[in-house]
Amino acid sequence: MDIPYTIEPRRDTGLYNAKVGIWLFLASEVMLFGALFSSYVLLRVGNNAWPHGLLNIPIGTFNTFVLITSSVTVVMCWANLKLHNFGRAKLYLAATILCALMFLGIKTKEYNDKFIHYAIRTAEGKEITGHIEGDPHFLTLKKLRAQKVETISFAADPEKDSRGHETKEAKAEEKAHAGHHEFKPIKVSDLTYVSSYVPSHSTYFAIYFTLTGLHGLHVLGGALVMTYILLFSNKMWKAQPERVTNRVEVAGLFWHFVDLVWIFLFPVLYLL
Amino acid sequence: MGDHSSPEHIKKTVRTYLIIGGALLVGTVLTVWASYIDFGSVAWNITVALIIATVKSSLVAGFFMHLISEKKAIYATLATTAFFFVALMALTLWSMHDFPTFTRVHY
Repeated sequence: MDIPYTIEPRRDTGLYNAKVGIWLFLASEVMLFGALFSSYVLLRVGNNAWPHGLLNIPIGTFNTFVLITSSVTVVMCWANLKLHNFGRAKLYLAATILCALMFLGIKTKEYNDKFIHYAIRTAEGKEITGHIEGDPHFLTLKKLRAQKVETISFAADPEKDSRGHETKEAKAEEKAHAGHHEFKPIKVSDLTYVSSYVPSHSTYFAIYFTLTGLHGLHVLGGALVMTYILLFSNKMWKAQPERVTNRVEVAGLFWHFVDLVWIFLFPVLYLL
Repeated sequence: MGDHSSPEHIKKTVRTYLIIGGALLVGTVLTVWASYIDFGSVAWNITVALIIATVKSSLVAGFFMHLISEKKAIYATLATTAFFFVALMALTLWSMHDFPTFTRVHY
């Protein structure tokens, strides 16, 4: 059975059906991310002290470049299909998939960096952030006590100002130590709280992982669809080239939406 | 794309896509740069960042997603979405001034 209106537009909408479908889907996506953004607003406004400077801005900026580049390559793929340059279009599609994988790889590294970054609280109520020697993942005070660990080696983070930027003194000190962590022993019995930067650490990380996790799933989904198109379109290109072009346009529309969401996520989570 | 899908038009738009891509990269640098400047209050810094993000997303939606020349059915879908999105945000802002008694911790 032939699927109707995969190439020719319907008379009432003036569009092929998949295009109507993807826009309706994107409309629902706007509401999905909108709900999470409004949750972010509520959480942030209801919070006394919103943390700053907990994420790596240069890495986040680079990842933004990667996603923008992928938006350009996918639209170039579509343009080349329109010009009947199938070979070049495939190269652009492969470049888009590579960018998607690079984005996910960098995001995974960022997540891992958070899972080995700790906040500890001493019995005097002093909270210190930094790294535990050996970079263990997901340690908690409960786990340390269960493992009968008596002392941890802890390197505190450089001092930051209220906006999360490193102070001049901290930068000078870090330069003097050539970026190496200076570990000091701390007794576990002197601690009242130990947590890595996981969703349960704070409201900030809860919404950070929710928003970026959902966005990451979208990147993965888009990459899978584009990989399918890249691998299984040769036969269709010979019989119905316009249909392949339309498939790429629809996948591209989804991909641009994913880029668009990141354009807002990046400043909201990393910079503000 | 409709009427604008001739090969001649596509060739012209390829150049536009590259320019828009460049503008988006510059916009990203601008966003990061602006975040290091103190505009007087956090609210102003957020406003500046959101304005830059809105301009960037308009470029993506307008040119990459071809919204500057689309069919009515898509504009109608988007207008409905925009209405409900604004309503959702308005409800959020409204709720901030309407907490039930004894449910908010005052510091």
